[in-house]
Amino acid sequence: MGEVIVITSGKGGVGKTTATANLGIGLALLGKKVVLIDTDIGLRNLDVIVGLENRIVYDLVDVVEGNCRMKQALIRDKRYESLYLLPAAQTKDKTAVSPDQMQRLCKELAQDFDFVLIDCPAGIEQGFRNAIAGADSAIVVTTPEVAAVRDADRIIGLLEAEGKSRPRLIVNRIRPQMVKAGDMMAADDVKDILGVELLGVVPEDEYIVIATNRGEPVVATPTSAAGRAFRDIVRRMAGEDVPIMPLDADDGGFFGKLRRMFNAKEG
Amino acid sequence: MFALLPKLFRREKTRSRDIAMERLRLALVHDRVNVSPQTMEGLRQDMIYAISNYMDVDAQEVAVKLTPTGAAQVALVASIPVNRMKKDALRD
Repeated sequence: MGEVIVITSGKGGVGKTTATANLGIGLALLGKKVVLIDTDIGLRNLDVIVGLENRIVYDLVDVVEGNCRMKQALIRDKRYESLYLLPAAQTKDKTAVSPDQMQRLCKELAQDFDFVLIDCPAGIEQGFRNAIAGADSAIVVTTPEVAAVRDADRIIGLLEAEGKSRPRLIVNRIRPQMVKAGDMMAADDVKDILGVELLGVVPEDEYIVIATNRGEPVVATPTSAAGRAFRDIVRRMAGEDVPIMPLDADDGGFFGKLRRMFNAKEG
Repeated sequence: MFALLPKLFRREKTRSRDIAMERLRLALVHDRVNVSPQTMEGLRQDMIYAISNYMDVDAQEVAVKLTPTGAAQVALVASIPVNRMKKDALRD
């Protein structure tokens, strides 16, 4: 039996879908068999982030309604052998699927896959209820901002009420220079306020924009700082003991830059 | 002399990181206990009513709020300015 994990945040725009795509591809690169499920019915995006938008024939609602078999709806990513996507329907709404149906669907997929990652829509309404219904555990994504952390706290409360205990936290879009200057909350500040386990810290990275434009998530890009952070996170998810590296605002001057240039080439 | 330079340029305001943390802590206290502003106002009015039996308070200035006192602990803090004691309360 594989692990079913929901990636959620409460607030929109904090990087849930980007995180789901990167974690999925990262795990696939480690040799895990992974399926990504987009549960944002009516506003699907995960297909675009992963770069599979042109290959959709059937979707989540088709599977649930029995219009097709599960195998027909799963899109296999040709770039990463063991990665599959189950896209959301674009023309229906959240009521097209029920929490019970999601539970059954997740159970079925967990038979065949090592990881079932569910991309949750923003908000706390039915889309959220559907997304968490079949999950064994949750990853909460937030950014170091008051509104995002506040919503994350609400989500953690709701997850715990639903028996999804001990959610793990990803703090996204950290700017080390601003943290150092005292103008941004540090990942540890956010972790302490929310009182949950920190799974990883992802720095703000312009490369995310480029990767999203291309439909090729950063986790596979050796030189991307965010990509490196996601690679560490998937190793933790796979059970490896990888310490959370402090994101250093200080680049180590000329020699530090030079050293990293060589490291990047080696890596 | 160079030691003075950082002091000259340092901004005299609180770091916005600390302001964010403080605002979050206060917002979360209310979110977590799930108390509506109406409930807090009801509590405030009831406290004024009860205390008015014993002393004359400045009802306008009575403030009642929840504040964090630890990771998962909340305290009800009330500030109640007293104008004077009531005579019948003193006699008992």
